[in-house]
Amino acid sequence: MKNVYVRPLDLRSGHVDLAHGGGGRAMQQLIGEIFRRAFDNPWLARGDDAAVLPALAPGERLVVSTDSHVVSPLFFPGGDIGSLSVHGTVNDVAVMGARPLYLSAGFILEEGFPLADLQRIAGSMGRAAADAGVAIVTGDTKVVERGKGDGIFITTTGVGALPAGRELSGAFARPGDVVLVSGTLGEHGMAIMAQREGLAFEGDLRSDSAALHGLAAAALAASPGLRLMRDPTRGGLAATLNEIARQSAVGIVLEESALPVSPAVAAACEFLGLDPLNLASEGRLLAVCPGEEAAALLAALRSHPLGRQAALVGEVIADARCFVQMQTTLGGRRMVDWLAGEPLPRIC
Amino acid sequence: MKYVDAFRDGEVARTLADALRREVQADRSYAFMEFCGGHTHAISRYGVEDLLPQNLRLIHGPGCPVCVLPTGRIEQVLRLALDRPVTVCVYGDTLRVPAAGGMSLLKARAMGADVRMIYSAMDALALAQREPARQVVFFAIGFETTTPPTALVVREAARLGLANFSVLCCHVLTPPAIRAIAEGGQGGGASLIDGFIGPAHVSTVIGTRPYAPFAAEFRKPVVIAGFEPLDVMQAIRMLVRQVNEGRAEVENEFTRAVTLDGNLKAQALMAEVFTLRDTFEWRGLGMLPRSALRLADAFSGFDAERRFGLDYSPIPDHKGCECAAVLRGVTRARDCRLFGTVCTPETPVGACMVSSEGACAAYYAYGRSRDPGAAVS
Repeated sequence: MKNVYVRPLDLRSGHVDLAHGGGGRAMQQLIGEIFRRAFDNPWLARGDDAAVLPALAPGERLVVSTDSHVVSPLFFPGGDIGSLSVHGTVNDVAVMGARPLYLSAGFILEEGFPLADLQRIAGSMGRAAADAGVAIVTGDTKVVERGKGDGIFITTTGVGALPAGRELSGAFARPGDVVLVSGTLGEHGMAIMAQREGLAFEGDLRSDSAALHGLAAAALAASPGLRLMRDPTRGGLAATLNEIARQSAVGIVLEESALPVSPAVAAACEFLGLDPLNLASEGRLLAVCPGEEAAALLAALRSHPLGRQAALVGEVIADARCFVQMQTTLGGRRMVDWLAGEPLPRIC
Repeated sequence: MKYVDAFRDGEVARTLADALRREVQADRSYAFMEFCGGHTHAISRYGVEDLLPQNLRLIHGPGCPVCVLPTGRIEQVLRLALDRPVTVCVYGDTLRVPAAGGMSLLKARAMGADVRMIYSAMDALALAQREPARQVVFFAIGFETTTPPTALVVREAARLGLANFSVLCCHVLTPPAIRAIAEGGQGGGASLIDGFIGPAHVSTVIGTRPYAPFAAEFRKPVVIAGFEPLDVMQAIRMLVRQVNEGRAEVENEFTRAVTLDGNLKAQALMAEVFTLRDTFEWRGLGMLPRSALRLADAFSGFDAERRFGLDYSPIPDHKGCECAAVLRGVTRARDCRLFGTVCTPETPVGACMVSSEGACAAYYAYGRSRDPGAAVS
């Protein structure tokens, strides 16, 4: 029998076309030459409709989270949509106190999307997953007509294992607890905004996108009474704290002078009339623990490479109105509210 | 941050607050209006009011570019964006300003209108240059701070002979607005106010001179202040001293940027490109004579109102909305019946709830924790 010759994908100058989502040989080729190669694991290699995964250890529970990624630009300083789609979901699982294990990945590709970019993104996902110790075990690819997408959308779902007896939740904050963050705020949000709008700022604006499973594990080890962890993404620290205050029916008071903000982000915010509290981070951990465990938790965060600039930024108080407030550098106090819509630059 | 943090220092703030407490007279009260939204924002953002004596009150004035835009003007630009094949460029804040029936430029965009957010007037001009087949309209709003950049792009468009660029000019002037508040038209307000914290950025352009006749005529002190919280506190202290001594002068706290005559180059540019409108509608202040600008005849080819034959007709505000009274300092944000219930930053009814420079939005976002009856966050 003769071997059928299949021309390899033109990964230098080729483009995604409708056949790549059609369920035929072209789709098989795309999956094989790009995704299976980049993600490389036995589940994907079997080519079945679903991955059959081993059972968890006795007493462990499953943790599941999903996230869709639509970032523009696709490539930015500090990462790309591929690494971001892995970090985002790994972090959502990790902050629940779980050990992230597997990811699924759904791709919606726009007709005409360069195969070179797709390969670059898939490679970046594969590396990010390997670094985070997770396998991308199943996936899906759809192609939409030109003009009906924005290049590429990626949805990832993550599965992790939560050990017996461990329970973290946004509803567990109590008056007397303290709030810690693992590093400078708003790096990702400002890096994306500066890229998108072509704002030429001096200084180094880079996304902080990173997988937080290691840092989360260090926090869990240092603070046995840890109430909750979160990663303050969209809406920034302000939105995350408001969610926690509402879930736990408490108030939170931040100390402005303690908030870690890089000079580059501070300057850009100053210029645009934006508040770093409203900007997204993609590699920062927020943790709430009992006051007496604050020192141990802070030390643990700071001794981890991703937490060098960790800081104790606020405390939880009793407040039936669930307000988040901030003691300002000036000595006054103000609310830290949810943001109304997108952060828009002020005029004056 | 160098050059900025020094003006937000807590130590200095405490010293100033102590001095203020010593200097205010216990047997009287003080009410000062900060005209500018930039001051309103700084006051709310840094919690300045927590540092002031009990008998000193700040009234948040109308100097927020989007807050004074009347519904009719938003309607005008909405019609342009929705009904004509044009691209409308706007500053970010403008997107959410409510028009009749809950419409806004943000909603128009969702309905298919081509509305772009820009960071500077230059961006609109650049778009017109890049895409000559597209009619680009710049919705130019703001006080004297944002006016010179508009003048520059109009002059540049004329030099380039751009046929696809025009400006819907809604630039307004500060002195007529302050005068209107001092005159206390439409229900007063002036008698409540003991003095004004004068604009920062606007004054870098127009200087301190334009405020002098006003201070003398209405016997109200004016202190020009920078936009940093310590600037505001120092200006308040200077106002207290003037009131205590019975003076009504124009003083300048913002000497690091503001001079007597202001920026003469910018003024000349504005005079070249713009001319005074006979009258202009302001939200909250009504029709004010000679209070706004349109393009001068030499540049009328770039006037979007002419190019697209746009008429202006005023549209009454929502009946329950008290923005008009809030802007004049007659009513406080939290006393408006719509505040925090029907009217929130997510669904603003009045323009004061749109920008964080607006009195209502600033109080909602930063200050409502002071209100014992505030609803759950």
